[in-house]
Parts: sequence; C-alpha cells; structure tokens
Amino acid sequence: IVTALVMYLFAEFDDAANLLAANPDATTISIDEPAEISKNPHGRLQEPGREEDDELLGTDDSDKTELLAGQKKSAPFWTFDYYQMFFDVDTYQVLDRIKGSVFPVPGKNFVRLYIRSNPDLYGPFWICATLVFTIAVSGNLSNFFIHLGKPTYHYVPEFRKVSIAATTIYAYAWLVPLALWGFLMWRNSKVMNIVSYSFLEIVCVYGYSLFIYIPTAILWIIPQKVVRWVLVIFSLCLSGSVLVMTFWPAVRDDNRRIALATVGTIVVLHALLAVGCLAYFFDAPELDFPAPIIPVHNGTTVLTKSQ
Amino acid sequence: FAGLADVSIAEDIPVEGEITVPVGSRSPDEDYSTLDEPVRDTIMRDLKAVGKKFVHVMYPKKSSALLRDWDLWGPLVLCVSLALMLQGGSADSKDDGGPQFAEVFVIIWFGAVVITLNSKLLGGTISFFQSLCVLGYCVLPLTVAMLVCRLVLLAGSGTVSFIIRLIVVAAMFAWSTLASTAFLADSQPPNRKALVVYPIFLFYFVISWMILTFTPQ
Repeated sequence: IVTALVMYLFAEFDDAANLLAANPDATTISIDEPAEISKNPHGRLQEPGREEDDELLGTDDSDKTELLAGQKKSAPFWTFDYYQMFFDVDTYQVLDRIKGSVFPVPGKNFVRLYIRSNPDLYGPFWICATLVFTIAVSGNLSNFFIHLGKPTYHYVPEFRKVSIAATTIYAYAWLVPLALWGFLMWRNSKVMNIVSYSFLEIVCVYGYSLFIYIPTAILWIIPQKVVRWVLVIFSLCLSGSVLVMTFWPAVRDDNRRIALATVGTIVVLHALLAVGCLAYFFDAPELDFPAPIIPVHNGTTVLTKSQ
Repeated sequence: FAGLADVSIAEDIPVEGEITVPVGSRSPDEDYSTLDEPVRDTIMRDLKAVGKKFVHVMYPKKSSALLRDWDLWGPLVLCVSLALMLQGGSADSKDDGGPQFAEVFVIIWFGAVVITLNSKLLGGTISFFQSLCVLGYCVLPLTVAMLVCRLVLLAGSGTVSFIIRLIVVAAMFAWSTLASTAFLADSQPPNRKALVVYPIFLFYFVISWMILTFTPQ
C-alpha cells in the first residue's frame, strides 16, 4: 500500500513537472485521468485472457518506466536529446509494430498494444520514404512494361514524379494526423473521453498503417485492372481496420453521428490516397487497340500526365 | 566536516615546490609549419589522403583510417562527377526527364545528412562528419558503375546492353552498401543495427536506380 501511495505521489509530481515543462506530449497524456499515466489499470481494461504475457510485461515495465518517464521527457525541445527520445526503439520493436499494422487483431488497439507510450518517429519517417520511392519506381516500371514494344514509345525515367509522391505522402502522414489530433482535442474539451492520444501516437499509427501500401505498390506493377483494384481493396481493409480500431475508442463516447463521421473520414482519406496514387503514377493497362489509334492515345495520355 | 580536520596540512610544515609547466624545447627546424612548403606538396598531401580513402573503399577492411581523418573532398568530387554524368539524359520538354544536376546533388547530400542524423538519433557513437565522409566515399563504386554504363550505352542500347548494365549496377550497389556497412556498423548499438543499415540500403538503391534508368537522348 505504501509503495502504491508513493507511486501515486510520484505520478502527481510527474504530472506537475510535465505541465510546468509545457511539454506537449506529456501534457496531452496528463489531460486524461491519472490512471492513464501508469499502465496498470489499462492492463486490466484489456481482456485478461488474451496475451497475458504481454500485459504482465507491460505492467512490469510500467513500474520502472513510471519513475523514468519524468526523467525521459524533461529535455527542452531545442536540444538533441529531446529528439533522441523519439528514436528509442529496437529492431524487434519496429518489426513488431509493422506486424501489428499489417495483421490487425480484432479488439486490440494498435496504440495500446504496440506503442505503449513510446511513440517513435523512425517508423513513420522511413516507411513514408520507402513508400515514396517504391511508388515512383513501381510506377515507372509498370509504365515501361505496359508501353514496351510500341514503336513510338521512348522510355523516360519520370523523375519529377518522385517529388510529387514525396509531397503527397509526407503531407498525408503529417497533416492528417495534425488535423485529427486537433479535432480530437476539441471534442475532448466538449465530451469527456476515456481514451485520448498524443499527437505523436497518432502520427505513429498513421505512419505504420502506410506500410501495407509498400508491397501493394510493388504488386501494382502487374498490368491487370482487376488485380490492381483487388489489391487496393485488400490493403485498404487491412490498414483501414487498424486505423478504425485505434480511433473508434477515442470517439465512441461522443455523439453517434460525429463518431461515425470521424471514422468514416479517416477511412475515406486513406482510400483516396491509395486510389490517387494508383491513378496518377500507374498508367491504365491498355487493351489491344488497332495500330493507328495508338500514337494518338499515347499523345493524349502523355499530355494529361504532364498537366 | 569533522572528518576533514585530519586532512588539513599542519601549519609548521612549509609548502613549497615549483609551479612551472614543462615546455619542450622548440627549435625552429622542429616546428612543422605547412606555410612555407611548396604548393605542390600541400596539394599532393591532400590528394594522397583522398586516394588512400578511395583504396580503402574499394577493398573494405576494418581499418579506422577512413573514420579518423575524415575529409569531404572525395565525396564532393564523386557527387559532382556522378551528377555530371547523369546529365545529357532524355530531357524532352514535355516529358519528365532524368534527374537534373541539382536534384542529384541534393539527393546525395540531403540523403547522407538524414542517414547520419538517423544513426545519431538511434544512439550511434560516430561523429556527424565522419558518417558523411563514409557515406560519400562509398558512392565510389556507383560512380564507377555510371562510367561503365555510359561506355556500354555508347556501344548500343538494346537488351544485351541493358542486362550488362543491370549486372554492373547491381554488383556495385551491393559493394557500396557492404562497404559502408563495414565502416559504420560497429559504431551502432547492437540491437539497432538493422534500423541503421536499412536507410543506407535505401539511399544506395535510389542512386542505383537513377544510374540504371539513365537513357541517353
């Protein structure tokens, strides 16, 4: 009991110290009820039957990380050490998080299960970078194979598209979480939600949820319309379900319509990204046109692309 | 404070000694100043250092010469020559051509800086410029590949030439990645090595892609 009391007092001091330091992450966590800070109650909120080892490890760590958390998050934001906090992940942790984003377990929350108050920026940044180059390279390859053999086709490495891909994907991975976080904070001030996420946790979820698009982009090289659309729907279901299961608990206490609208917008934006990339970077596989029409078709395709 | 009483020096024992810093005798001829040497010596010394590092990259052994005396001349020369060789590609006005000079330059330097920052954030013990130096020097195999590709393309641009170019670029890409990993991997914490090596792999992959897709007009 005494240890629990001491732990609670430490949590209170932690709270105050974090509020004073005006640290955005710590402040966000401390808006919730104090139970949010220590992971013990959350271990119990999840179904106790499944993955008890994970939860036990979580509660074990939480005792130590509880004391360390205050020291961890105290570096001012202009020092290098502040940013080092967001890269405090090992290889197996990154791989676990990627696995969790690809195989959504029904009922498990990605943030609670994998991130556990240790959001990292390594995953989102490098997954986005990989995705940018994968889409650009696959698009280029796919166009090459589609137009191969046509007499008027001259291969160009469409390098301009790399910068467009980079802008789009990084904007999606950072601006949408920003908007979503702002929206959730605003709703939080109106309706008391049990679950709320810090900005970095949302960025983390979005970053890891983009991972499924990497193999999808590689498979989009196959110039069959049906295959491409099946891939779109499949990857959208997987990563969309991870996003939905993450954000549903954060809005479910709210007005029914707003909750559904929020979750719907998340899915729609995710779908728009996939469909937009498919449409812009990958030319439509053409059917067998008779010869005279091909140059004209090529010409119009090229003109629309360069617009 | 009571325990310190016996540490103090008694007043009747005089404290004396010499407070001088031993200075080594400096005769004028031992004073090594590079100001008076001929210009040729100065340039040759730097060129030899760069050349020695090139050799280290081509035959990567676990030596610390690359890390200890870092310089950025080699990376600059390699980057500029690679960017120049990537010019003259198909640059139709209405289609996207290959990367422009500035794009290659920015990708190489910005990519190297980001990878260095990444490895430092993950807890690496290597210094910023040492890492830039290693990443820049390890572009050498890919520059050689670019040279070979341009020569092969002079001969023709059919399927055979493409296969030759593919093999050469793939081999040089593997060489670059392995060379830089050999130099950089030791300075990383052991459970994060893969996290540091992957961006290096991506970096050289992008450069290799730019080399492979180079098509002359």
